[in-house]
Amino acid sequence: MSQKPLITAQGLSVHYPLRGGLIGPAPFVRAVENISLEIAPGSFFGLVGESGSGKTTLGRAMLRAAPISKGDVLFDDDEVSFSLKDLGKKELKEYRKRAQLIFQDPYAALSPRMTVRDIIAEPLEVMGLTNSRAETDERVREIAAKCRLNVEHLRRFPHAFSGGQRQRISIARALVSGPKFIVADESVAALDVSIQADVLNLLKAIQEDMGLTFLFISHDLSVVAHVCDHVAVMYLGRLVETAPTRTLFSGPRHPYTKALLSAIPSLDPDDRGKAQKLEGEIPSPTNPPPGCKFQTRCPHAIDRCRVEEPVLESVQSEHNVACHRWAELVD
Amino acid sequence: MSRLIDVENLTLQFDTDEGRITAVDDVSFSLEAGEVMGLVGESGSGKSVTAKSLMKLNPRNAIYGPDTKITLHLDDGPVDVMSLQTDHDMRIVRGGAISLIFQEPMASFAPAISIGDQMVEQLLIHTDFSKPQAKELSVEMLDRVGISDASTRFGQYAFELSGGMRQRAMIAMALSTKPKLLIADEPTTALDVTIQAQVIDLMKDLVSEFGMGIIFITHDLGVIAQTADKVAVMYLGRLVEQGSVRDVIRRPAHPYTRGLLAALPTLDDIDAPLTPIPGDIPSPLERPSGCVYSTRCQEVVGPQCSAAVPRFERVDTDHMAACHIYDAKEGAA
Repeated sequence: MSQKPLITAQGLSVHYPLRGGLIGPAPFVRAVENISLEIAPGSFFGLVGESGSGKTTLGRAMLRAAPISKGDVLFDDDEVSFSLKDLGKKELKEYRKRAQLIFQDPYAALSPRMTVRDIIAEPLEVMGLTNSRAETDERVREIAAKCRLNVEHLRRFPHAFSGGQRQRISIARALVSGPKFIVADESVAALDVSIQADVLNLLKAIQEDMGLTFLFISHDLSVVAHVCDHVAVMYLGRLVETAPTRTLFSGPRHPYTKALLSAIPSLDPDDRGKAQKLEGEIPSPTNPPPGCKFQTRCPHAIDRCRVEEPVLESVQSEHNVACHRWAELVD
Repeated sequence: MSRLIDVENLTLQFDTDEGRITAVDDVSFSLEAGEVMGLVGESGSGKSVTAKSLMKLNPRNAIYGPDTKITLHLDDGPVDVMSLQTDHDMRIVRGGAISLIFQEPMASFAPAISIGDQMVEQLLIHTDFSKPQAKELSVEMLDRVGISDASTRFGQYAFELSGGMRQRAMIAMALSTKPKLLIADEPTTALDVTIQAQVIDLMKDLVSEFGMGIIFITHDLGVIAQTADKVAVMYLGRLVEQGSVRDVIRRPAHPYTRGLLAALPTLDDIDAPLTPIPGDIPSPLERPSGCVYSTRCQEVVGPQCSAAVPRFERVDTDHMAACHIYDAKEGAA
């Protein structure tokens, strides 16, 4: 990458302790294991994988909302730089102004007892970013307009709004503190397709307008293909492939990426049964298989895959894949 | 193929504190044995309520329209579903001739009763099996839907299974009574794409094996394209388009269907802009007059759109749409 990255993960691991284990070392789950990646400023970076792949945990670690067990995440926006592993209380507050999260469920994310104005204004008040009520109101109105909310909406309570409008309120709340980096975790998954298109278009417009960088977590590859410029694919806590969107969708190299793409139901009714089906389910992260984590479901697994874990290697510039056999499997 | 169910003029209203709302408005369709019908629409379009009406599985404040007629064609002759009054009478239909699979299998299984006990219980109600026979069939069905080690799973509870496994168990349970009609309400929405592909394959196999009819409710047109023979599109309680899956997806006739397809991100052209349908689906308390879609429609042809309810017109063999665009054609013919 020619540009200096905004977010850099260096050998990042997130481990959660498990109950039990009176004898010997305490057992833990490797939710995210040894992940290194860079997100350039102004990027719309997609993170995909099945449930249980660790995408949400990785997103939260980048916000310091999950514990960093090993490695580090660096943030650098030219004004300040942080090493997230050892942030002090004061620095963490500073980081929260610059990095925000948009949640999946717009029904659960908004307090039913607060007006839309108060919901959007809360981060400003908590972070002490404004000096007067008039200034807060001004900032709220400004961001509400950007998120296509009417001024009279601000006096109402969340129950009066549809799913799409609620998600726009969530977005306004995340943006009001003027962040640089946004983690959007399945932010359109709960919406109907017609509303989903509207919210995606809004996110793209705001990104360009405000110069934001997004980590867009989604299980829906068609959505990711449409909005993201880079994509990282996760499986059982590991990165298995990263590439610019166009490269990934036109020439996936990892058997898991290929299977994910092939599992998306085609809109062509005459395309039935052509998909390459993936057998079985993602193994439990408490008991991962040895070697390559995907070997239990991979149609191309050989003996080497069962003992040796592959590392990310470069296919071409910006395209990396973690598979022992990617070069042989080019079709 | 033989006719399985006829739904004529299904109208359903609910009495609520805020007034009487219309959830389903004059919906008619039919289904043959061995046929899969996709029922598509946004949240709030009335898909689930329509499907539940087929077994009168709606709350007490539901009022069915006087012209509503639902006829289920069983081996012993036709059953008029609307005339069934007591819960006991309804047993022929509920869980007997018609089974229902829900979106969220975690919420559909009782958490404190093992999967196996729940499967056996419904078999004892709907068949004259003995308990050991019911258990044997249940284990066999679990095995049939691809659950490995079925006899162990039989004794487990819903929380011990993964999402995909629970949905398979739900399907096994729904099919063990050998229903004539299976209603699948968003059965794959909560699943990952790879597991969704497995469940879709399973359902297709089962249709060809058991020859039952399926009503597949979903908002995902890709899933419809991969499973359904024919499609019915609903908006705010009304059917707006019906036809074969190829016709509806390749040559959508109603502006709403066209809008749904334009909003859908596809992998064929990742640079194509996503076009949302403007506005939100109106509240059922404020149903628009005339065509229910007129408030969001991009192809309004004239004042008739907000004045008169469009009739279903044939746009092609077996392809119907309810839209004023097709009025002129009728006049010319």
